[in-house]
Amino acid sequence: MNSTAVSLKGTATLFRKEVLRFWKVSVQTVAAPVLTAVLYLLIFGHVLEGHVKVFDQVPYTSFLIPGLVMMSVLQNAFANTSSSLIQSKITGNLVFLLVTPLSHWAWFVAYVGASVVRGVAVGAGVFVVTWWFAPSGFAQPLWIAIFGLMGAALMGTLGLIAGLWAEKFDQIAAFQNFIVMPMTFLSGVFYSVHSLPDFWRSVSHLNPFFYMIDGFRHGFFGVSDVSPWLSLGVVGTSLALLCMLCLQLLRSGYKLRH
Amino acid sequence: MPAVSFQHVSKTFGSGSREVQALADVSFDIEPGEFFGLLGPNGAGKTTLISVLAGLARATSGTVLVHGHDVVADYAAARRSLGVVPQELVFDPFFSVRETLRIQGGYFGMRADAKANDAWIDELLTHLGLTDKADANMRQLSGGMKRRVLVAQALVHRPPVIVLDEPTAGVDVELRQTLWQFIARLNKEGHTVLLTTHYLEEAEALCGRIAMLKNGRVVALDRTSALLAGTASTMLRFKTDDPVPAAVARRARITGRTVQVSAHDAAEVETTLATLRAGAVKVEDLEIGRADLEDVFLEIMASAPATLRAAS
Repeated sequence: MNSTAVSLKGTATLFRKEVLRFWKVSVQTVAAPVLTAVLYLLIFGHVLEGHVKVFDQVPYTSFLIPGLVMMSVLQNAFANTSSSLIQSKITGNLVFLLVTPLSHWAWFVAYVGASVVRGVAVGAGVFVVTWWFAPSGFAQPLWIAIFGLMGAALMGTLGLIAGLWAEKFDQIAAFQNFIVMPMTFLSGVFYSVHSLPDFWRSVSHLNPFFYMIDGFRHGFFGVSDVSPWLSLGVVGTSLALLCMLCLQLLRSGYKLRH
Repeated sequence: MPAVSFQHVSKTFGSGSREVQALADVSFDIEPGEFFGLLGPNGAGKTTLISVLAGLARATSGTVLVHGHDVVADYAAARRSLGVVPQELVFDPFFSVRETLRIQGGYFGMRADAKANDAWIDELLTHLGLTDKADANMRQLSGGMKRRVLVAQALVHRPPVIVLDEPTAGVDVELRQTLWQFIARLNKEGHTVLLTTHYLEEAEALCGRIAMLKNGRVVALDRTSALLAGTASTMLRFKTDDPVPAAVARRARITGRTVQVSAHDAAEVETTLATLRAGAVKVEDLEIGRADLEDVFLEIMASAPATLRAAS
């Protein structure tokens, strides 16, 4: 078998292994986040339905669903790579991967690819369950696919960077609780940023998570706080920068090889 | 072409006042088909050298080649030629034994669904006594079985060079024998084996050539037989409850009641016994035997740190 075939097979193996890893504990990795999202929908929908209208003709519960779907996609894509890498580093079984001929590209494609699969799986699960509460159509489904996949890839890459950097579970938890979660919660999942005062609206526009969620929501309703093309530019640029950083860290063996 | 070639390999960790030199200008070759031993006290640099070879660490300077492939510049080809059994008992808790081996083989390009590859995995499982546990989760295995899976993982892609980093540490006698018979068989079939171990009797029995490291430097490198022949060839072993005279104690290894003293020839044996008689030492269970690798090792380690004894 030539070296290219070996490399492709190796990449596919790592990708399959990472997908299998989360699928084997799917109650924890897929079912639990779906339930969490449904609870958010029930509580926020119950409290705010009829009191808050974000877009004309769009009930609040319907408005909430795309945000919850995307929040689930982003958080679970991040969790897949970060948790896998930190567990492997701390338990020591990362050695089985480090002695293989897999390139830094193979690592990147496999880990981020698997995180996209998990993010999309959870997002799809959230959508299927929550759609029953407030059925809606897809105004521009291509934007849903673009932002869903790019968002998952961006967070999977961020999770990979966090997993490379962290040396303890505590550091990953800190990354998740003090960076990822606040940025997703404050990105317009539960509200439209145009309802915020000017200052806080400007601050929201500095949050790349806002663009992912706003662009994703545009695919459902055909309206958004900013143009989906602007969102695409911001998300695309963020993704490209993170990818370059991640690939460089992998290539240099940062915190992987002494 | 050597199977493995270390060329002026040095490795330092840390920087400034906390810099530690783990390896200093290590150079030697391992020929194809050799069973090569790498010995040294804890902290000598054995695991660091193996880490550099396997790509787990990067040398500060120097070059390492595996079948002519540089482990940095041509790492993919180098790693395809290597199977590494790590020292620590590590495993992935999500998978069964068979899944673990299929995954490990897949990293090196083996197709999980190919009958030939599955047949090879079955063969490995049989030889390592793991057939009954093929579908068991790795968490359910005993320590000894996990150790066997580590060996299987290193062999699944059929590498020509096998590296074992203290593979029998903490392992019971029966498993140790099983593993050594299996590895010796692989060596007879043409695999090159690089072994680090603290069990010197095994290194003596299995290794044709040995390198000894101390403080990151090679202090001995020779055929095992030559190392044994080149040092004090006779060993007196006895037990006593009496204090051993200083003239003998200086040259002796004393462990509880057991005393071991080296002697270069018959005259030195007689002198030692005379000294013990003069000191009214009651000697029990006296044995006069050949010096073994442990004796050679201790003598070499006690010498100057940078002393190099090369092959004649």
